Amino acid sequence: MNPVPDIFRILPEVILTLTGVLVMLIDASLPSGFPRRNLGWVAAVGTTLALWASLFQLSLPQGTGFYGTVETSAFTIFFHVLICGIVLVALLLSLDTLPEDSHHQGEYYALVVFGAVGMCLLTGAVELLVVFIALEISSIATYVLAAYRKETARGPEAAIKYFLLGSFATAFLLYGVALIFGATGTTQIYQIAHAAPTALNHSLLVAGMALMLVGILFKVSAAPFHVWTPDVYEGSPSPVVALMSTAPKAAAFAVLLRVVYEMFPTLRSTWSPLLWIVAVLSMTVGNLAALRQQNVKRMLAYSSIAHAGYLLAAFAGLGSSGIAAASFYTAAYAAMNVGIFAVITVVGGYHEATPMIDDYRGLLYRSPLLGGVLIFFLVSLVGIPFTGGFFGKFYSFSAAVGGHAIWLAIIGLLNSGLAAAYYLRLALATAQRPDETSAKSSAPAPQVGVAVGAALLLAVAATLVLGIVPNEVLRAAESGAHTLQAPPPQNENGIVIERLPAAESDLTHP
Amino acid sequence: MGTIDNSILTLILLVPLAGAILVALFPDRAKLPNWIALLTSLATFVLTLHLPFHYDLARGGFQFVVNKPWIENPAIAYHVGIDGLSLWLVLLAGLLAPIGVVASWNAIHSRRKVFFVLFLIQQTAMFGVFLSLDLMLYYGFWELSLVPMAILIAMYGRKDGPKAALKFFLFTFIPSAPLLVAILWLYARTGSFDFTTLQTLIAYGQFPAGPLCWVALAFLFAFAVKVPVFPLHGWLSDTYSEAPVALAMVVAGKLGLYSMLRFHIGLFPVQARAAAPYLIALAVIGILYGACLALVQRDFWKLIAFAAVSHLSLVVLGIYGFTFIGTSGAIYQILSHGVVDGALFLLLGVLYDRYATSQINAYGGLAGRLPRTATLFVLTTLAMIGLPILSGFVGEFLILSSTFGGVSRGWAVAASLGVILGAAYMLWLVQRVFYGPQSDLVSSKPPDDLHLGELALLWPLAVLTLVMGVAPSIWLPTIEQGVHLPPLITHSGPGFVTLTSTPMGGLR
Repeated sequence: MNPVPDIFRILPEVILTLTGVLVMLIDASLPSGFPRRNLGWVAAVGTTLALWASLFQLSLPQGTGFYGTVETSAFTIFFHVLICGIVLVALLLSLDTLPEDSHHQGEYYALVVFGAVGMCLLTGAVELLVVFIALEISSIATYVLAAYRKETARGPEAAIKYFLLGSFATAFLLYGVALIFGATGTTQIYQIAHAAPTALNHSLLVAGMALMLVGILFKVSAAPFHVWTPDVYEGSPSPVVALMSTAPKAAAFAVLLRVVYEMFPTLRSTWSPLLWIVAVLSMTVGNLAALRQQNVKRMLAYSSIAHAGYLLAAFAGLGSSGIAAASFYTAAYAAMNVGIFAVITVVGGYHEATPMIDDYRGLLYRSPLLGGVLIFFLVSLVGIPFTGGFFGKFYSFSAAVGGHAIWLAIIGLLNSGLAAAYYLRLALATAQRPDETSAKSSAPAPQVGVAVGAALLLAVAATLVLGIVPNEVLRAAESGAHTLQAPPPQNENGIVIERLPAAESDLTHP
Repeated sequence: MGTIDNSILTLILLVPLAGAILVALFPDRAKLPNWIALLTSLATFVLTLHLPFHYDLARGGFQFVVNKPWIENPAIAYHVGIDGLSLWLVLLAGLLAPIGVVASWNAIHSRRKVFFVLFLIQQTAMFGVFLSLDLMLYYGFWELSLVPMAILIAMYGRKDGPKAALKFFLFTFIPSAPLLVAILWLYARTGSFDFTTLQTLIAYGQFPAGPLCWVALAFLFAFAVKVPVFPLHGWLSDTYSEAPVALAMVVAGKLGLYSMLRFHIGLFPVQARAAAPYLIALAVIGILYGACLALVQRDFWKLIAFAAVSHLSLVVLGIYGFTFIGTSGAIYQILSHGVVDGALFLLLGVLYDRYATSQINAYGGLAGRLPRTATLFVLTTLAMIGLPILSGFVGEFLILSSTFGGVSRGWAVAASLGVILGAAYMLWLVQRVFYGPQSDLVSSKPPDDLHLGELALLWPLAVLTLVMGVAPSIWLPTIEQGVHLPPLITHSGPGFVTLTSTPMGGLR
């Protein structure tokens, strides 16, 4: 077998890094008054190339590179493609939204791309220190992006909240890594999986895992680690929210899957009830809080907490069914959430003149396109069949039922019934006749530019494909799930990297 | 089987959807959306007409079946087919669609494109519910049918549309959560969503009785809300008073009752038998309660809503009496109710269109001003209260007589009382609206009787009620083909012995 050059294992990350550096260099060499909008196109092209590079990795044999620190497998490719897709849509969205004279546009695009590097690396890392570094790369980029509208009061506030709480969470994660290292003597995930069942200090291992879970659950904004979400979403520019409500979460869920299913399958009896509780809390807290919101972005922030809960329900699924369901849900959630934030970006504009639900009244009359697309995404978030949102929920809860977590499924589905109330409030306001007396709701419809149009089209197409012909995506998710559970190939560098055989891990937890 | 027989059901599903896409693509100019919607719904109706002529009565069972895998894992199939139970319901839905389009012709002034797109999607969803034989496919259409309805109520609501829409949606969406869990549970145990497979497996006792009882209850609950059965009727009156006429007449009643027959009694005969006494009691309460509330309503949409509670409860009584005649009568009553309620909605829509109020006491003495409306209204009313030789009589008679003979005399007497009350509130409505002295509102407006288009809609419906009243033998043989009584718990031994008359495609 020809050894695969290590560089191929991180090709998408390399391309994204080069793109980011290129954007920064061009930005620095342009005269100060020169419009920098086209840098966004450079970033978009780079992201598209990275997406192709991820697909190219399908032809590589599954394995690790750089001394067993990064992996390429169907699992990592699934998430790479997903993240690159989200970043691409977010970039297209930003192109038409950021004001022409906006300061530091070059930095914005570079940060988006650097953030993507971190997220991609996060899904491929099989070494806890690389996980930590990748998490920091992606987090720091998003902290800065959250503060992009620094002329407003809310922007810096959001960023500082996000930064302080996020740093705490990362510290938890790092502490967990340290404890796990103490218990097993390694930070390589396969080796930890191998050593964990026989580790002498079992409680140290459990504590380490719990701390790691705290750090990761913060990133996916699951309750009770969710308090930052509404404020940050409200203060950040909408295209940034489109990005950070989906891509970092997708990456964090990939890490979570890796930690619980690949690293600690033997501790299932410990993490499974924990995640059960977090799932129920997230859905319930998210939905109940969202019911009371009048601000659209805050409402969607709470809705994203609830969706994290639905997604965590999939972790009750046994073996590959749970992994596949969680991966699929991540994709479905990303498609519809990016889509809805795209609509909000267009309607609200950069300065967000229309933040309230009432401001959306009559949107369907003013702009049938935007109103229709908004209702479509809301319908998908509710989970109506023939949309991606339905199949996401369907697979997630069917994995839960398959894992004998009937109550989790019942609570989850009742919650999704409850959630319909606030989604519909927005959808019905959109469908209502416009209020002639209000200046805001009778304002002329916003224009849909080429880039934003392409972003909307991509999101609608993805949501429909996931809802009507999900076979291909599901197959990809399943083969990803299998690679996460199958024994790894031998490493060409001679390092002993073993993984617990999948059969054994299933046997230990009937 | 010819090729048309293989694709007819798919066509019935796809034509309205294609119409919706066409309406969305063409500009909203010169009533173009109306014409496209009318043509597609007429085309669908013609397609549904194909079914009764080619349904092989001697063979029975599911026909025109298409069964293709759709999603591999979980194994969801595109499995459609009809039997005697769904055949006429499909035809009814097909008939009401063009009527609904014409009824909206002038009533919908603004945003016609959105209206007709959603109306046609609603059609596809309704046909999907009647045709699906795969539980997931069925669930998909069942949920899909909520969305256009909710949006249209919000858009065209008369007073407080969004609130009524939200109520409608939540009332019907939340109960479908346990339904989905129940379906998933069945799948987790069997690996199949297929109706006939599951029917066979349940009949052969493949499931533990305890959980199965809860699963059956989850099914029943979702359907009972949709019908609605007595304590769960909170959404209906708001929906009726706010929904556009076309949608209210298309949606009323059919989906929930059909689902009860097909998926509750069809899948869980033993559990349905066990639940029957409670449902009969609730049905009788519903009959009386709906009738009593209808008597005191001041708003005619609300009156019709509570009348519907009463009438639909009567159908539930027929279904859960578990007599052959009663079930046939119940299915017949669904059809009759669809036609009669449709006509009544059209007529009230005409009144609302002319006088812009639904307060009954604002009317009076209309018969002298609008004689044609009055004639048709009285005819429809008589059909509704079950006058012999009109359609309402057949179903009511079959249900009540079978309840009297086969279930319980007490319940039958109580239910008959509801029928008498039904006559009272309907005739009183006619009297207050059409007779007596002319009210100020009526005399202040120039008389504007039914136009040619409206007559062209209403007379066929009136004739149809008459034909359904005198010649039920056109419909009943096919309906009886679709009636499969569940076995008695006490008398039959293992449940499957009597169930072998039901189709078991899964085993063949």
